[in-house]
Amino acid sequence: MAEIANETGVSAWGGGGSPYAVSSKKLGMWLFLMSDTLTFTAFLIAYSYVRLASVEWPRPFGGMSIFMASVMTLCLLSSSLTMVMAVAAAKRQQIRQTVIWMVATIGGGVLFMILHINEWLTLIHEGVTPFGNPWGVPLFGASFFTLTGLHMTHVTGGVIYLAIVAFGFGKGRFEAEDVEVSGLYWHFVDLVWMFIFPMVYLLSNQM
Amino acid sequence: MMSSDHDNHNRLYLTVWSGLLILTVVEVVLAYQTLPVALMLGLLLMLSFGKTGLILAYFMHLRYERLSLVLTIIPAVAFCIAMMFIFFPDGQRVLDLRQ
Repeated sequence: MAEIANETGVSAWGGGGSPYAVSSKKLGMWLFLMSDTLTFTAFLIAYSYVRLASVEWPRPFGGMSIFMASVMTLCLLSSSLTMVMAVAAAKRQQIRQTVIWMVATIGGGVLFMILHINEWLTLIHEGVTPFGNPWGVPLFGASFFTLTGLHMTHVTGGVIYLAIVAFGFGKGRFEAEDVEVSGLYWHFVDLVWMFIFPMVYLLSNQM
Repeated sequence: MMSSDHDNHNRLYLTVWSGLLILTVVEVVLAYQTLPVALMLGLLLMLSFGKTGLILAYFMHLRYERLSLVLTIIPAVAFCIAMMFIFFPDGQRVLDLRQ
């Protein structure tokens, strides 16, 4: 394989090269996101599996729930937009703007969390818990709360992560690359919701 | 030059964001149509994969990364996800037993 050499004449297999042309931080985040994708897929598949295997699957989401879930989608999509703005500003070394855009992103995440907790409380008030519900399909609560709970954990972790990176970048302790890597994580959280929203909410609306 | 480049990027991000919002509205409207569940799921998933593509390509900048990175991430994950569908025939079997 000695023929495979780059412009400098060094073998591509000799080490020291960067086949992906990304930093180790970014590659590490991508690898984490790959494994996290499979975790979320497993939960979504588990939800779909128990739904398929159930004779009667509850459809507890009325017009108000669908509306609130749509607003939550809007929150996450908009926070993704502010996040790309933050990454672009960080690359131009505009520290103040980066921090402002990141605070806006955190705001979107916090709004999502408030709306989601409110929705959970409404469901719990109706008697839907991880262990049972009025419709006698305990697997609904179990799979619903596990899936949305894991996603909520990611949003909460993401808000804390972004806050740390925004604070550190403002102080000059982090680089533009760190903002970009935190952005990858945040977009992933948004991306997962793009599947939870149709598969859990839209497919279980009261017609 | 620098500033027009910057404007172009902002416009691209706004366009992608609008596209994502439009796809979401289509999904919500679709959810209120009377269709067989399997067809509905298929259509919703198709729209969601479209949104995933937009987020991955433009928000996560995968379009601007080297092809080697894209080819490392996407096919392996897609293959593993496809393998998980092996559980669905069993879900159907459990349903048949219960009915």
